[in-house]
Amino acid sequence: MTTMTFGAAINAGLRKSLENDPKVVLMGEDIGTLGGVFRITDGLQKDFGKHRVIDTPLAESGIMGTAVGLAYRGYRPVVEIQFDGFIYPAFDQIVCQVAKMHYRTRGAVTLPITIRVPFGGGIGSPEHHSESPEAYFTHTSGLRVVSVSNPQDAYTMVQQAISCNDPVLFFEPKRRYHDKGEVDLGIDPASAPDMGSAAVATPGTDVTLVTYGPLVKTARDAALAAADDGISIEVIDLRSLSPVDYSTVEASVRKTGRLVITHEAGQSGGVGAEVAASITERCFHYLESAPVRVTGFDIPYPYSKLEMHHLPDLDRILDGVDRALNRPNSLSGLEG
Amino acid sequence: MITEHKGARHPGLVQLITPDGERVSHPEYDPWVQDVGDDQLVGLYTDMVIVRRIDTEATALQRQGELALWPPLLGQEAAQVGSARVVRTEDFIFSSYRENGVAWCRGVELPDIIRMWRGNAASGWDPYTVNMAAPQIIIGAQTLHATGYAMGIQFDGADTAAITYFGDGATSQGDVNEALVFAASFQVPVVFFCQNNHWAISEPVALQAHTRIADRAPGFGIPSMQVDGNDVLAVMAATRIAMDRARRGGGPTFIEAVTYRMGPHTTADDPTRYRDPNELEDWAAKDPLKRVKALLERKGLLTDQLLDEVEGKANDVARQLRKACVEMPDPAPSDVFRHVYSTPNTWLDRQEEHYSRYLASLGDPAAANQAEGATR
Repeated sequence: MTTMTFGAAINAGLRKSLENDPKVVLMGEDIGTLGGVFRITDGLQKDFGKHRVIDTPLAESGIMGTAVGLAYRGYRPVVEIQFDGFIYPAFDQIVCQVAKMHYRTRGAVTLPITIRVPFGGGIGSPEHHSESPEAYFTHTSGLRVVSVSNPQDAYTMVQQAISCNDPVLFFEPKRRYHDKGEVDLGIDPASAPDMGSAAVATPGTDVTLVTYGPLVKTARDAALAAADDGISIEVIDLRSLSPVDYSTVEASVRKTGRLVITHEAGQSGGVGAEVAASITERCFHYLESAPVRVTGFDIPYPYSKLEMHHLPDLDRILDGVDRALNRPNSLSGLEG
Repeated sequence: MITEHKGARHPGLVQLITPDGERVSHPEYDPWVQDVGDDQLVGLYTDMVIVRRIDTEATALQRQGELALWPPLLGQEAAQVGSARVVRTEDFIFSSYRENGVAWCRGVELPDIIRMWRGNAASGWDPYTVNMAAPQIIIGAQTLHATGYAMGIQFDGADTAAITYFGDGATSQGDVNEALVFAASFQVPVVFFCQNNHWAISEPVALQAHTRIADRAPGFGIPSMQVDGNDVLAVMAATRIAMDRARRGGGPTFIEAVTYRMGPHTTADDPTRYRDPNELEDWAAKDPLKRVKALLERKGLLTDQLLDEVEGKANDVARQLRKACVEMPDPAPSDVFRHVYSTPNTWLDRQEEHYSRYLASLGDPAAANQAEGATR
């Protein structure tokens, strides 16, 4: 085990993939000499060369479209989108090309492209630097969408994403880049739990708290705090947002009978809506209360002095847990 | 030295065959087609007649309800045949949906040319069997794919090239402009082949470009040529120059082939609502087939026997196309779930299972069997 930051763990995973497969190429803005604005690719161009770690022109659709062409020729591109809010110029190429090429060509062309996206807020940035666009992509068939919450998963799952033959959106919680954790660098990604599986981050018995990415840490902290009140929260780290590993969530909800979902993204049409609907369909008779969503608001990501009001924090999550448990909470007495 | 437009120079359209079929010499372009003898000229003419016949037959099949839609290429035969015939087997083509003449030259099977237009599949052929990508419907998106593919060629150190086809309308798209930037920055072996057919559905080229389209490329640092797109020899020469440069590590080239879409945008379009009939008449006088025919006549090659042979070949192809079309089996219901992912997907597996049960509940054993029996 090695203690390392989240960012360094991704860097190590990328390095491993570059070493193991000569067809892996990294592409993005400022990822070469600079090592990326978050330094996630630090040192990789120096060690692997300009053809393996490519500083691209400043055009996201261009990066994504040329990644499609490289994949057409048998390469395995790993694209870095500098910030979540900059992904939209590439949206057309992702939705119309990356996601559909395998279907379009009846399986003849696979596009094993990994799209790394630093996402989420909490870093006091201006507009377009703190967004959570994951639901656009979970709604797009042909893509796999994952989000990592800790350095070990970051190290392992980035390698799994790169070796996956389907395109993968890989959401990295940028506010956790500097968090440290224990990482087993000797782990074989092929024998580690698949990136498609959810994980029980904190076991519990009273309420199932489902989340992913940056809020896993917040949710685990909430579980610790609730334990002081005698409430046992089971935190599920979804890891995969498309498809969601419902078997893990179902097993938990059948045990607890209560479901809370939390994410930074806005509520309407979000991942939480899909999880709530699917779990209600699949285990309605096990539920003892309505699923509760604790999410960002349906607003443009706010300016930084207001972001603490937008982002679900420990107290708001616990308020939602109280609602799921029919305990007094901020909405007590309100119908619906 | 090849004459290229670096922005300030406007030497005009490169032409090797006049609309009357006169072979005019051009010292810079002639060497690139000097190997084209009588037999090859007849071959090009035959290809163009066949491609036009495929187009006519497919249009008829659409009118008869056998195809859902068809995008005619009428008038663009020289641009497509002339370029496609000099692309080598190991080169890779990224085209739009209208390059059915290119597909023909590439050796795409007839059923595969129409499979998508009949609604039987999402695309027609396996791109790797003919080194031609699935035709692109999103305007201009394929120019980036070609550029990325050419980056791969460069990394591999291969002496091949990529070529991408698009229209005048596509030159307004961000993707095309980004492709030009990437291609120039990385100096990759890609040829941008723009068929300026003057119309993007109902919008005239003047709405897309306030200057000659070929003049844009030098601004990106990419040399360009403007050729008569209805002149099969001029198109061949320009494409060879560009592909040769790409293969030798000379980077990208932009070709504007000036041609004309004599038909509608697709069979769902009605050009009489937006186009002056006189314009069509002017371009009919510059018809790409007519001028090769006239050239063959001047050379004394246009015998009745040749005409009969060519017509016979074209009619055979049309018959095969029609037969392939009407006899094409419908896809199975469960095909709707095929190939979305290359790896198992629990969400989709569940939906497929539920739909299979639904079909079974209808008491339609054929449909239910198809749904249950299929494997991903």
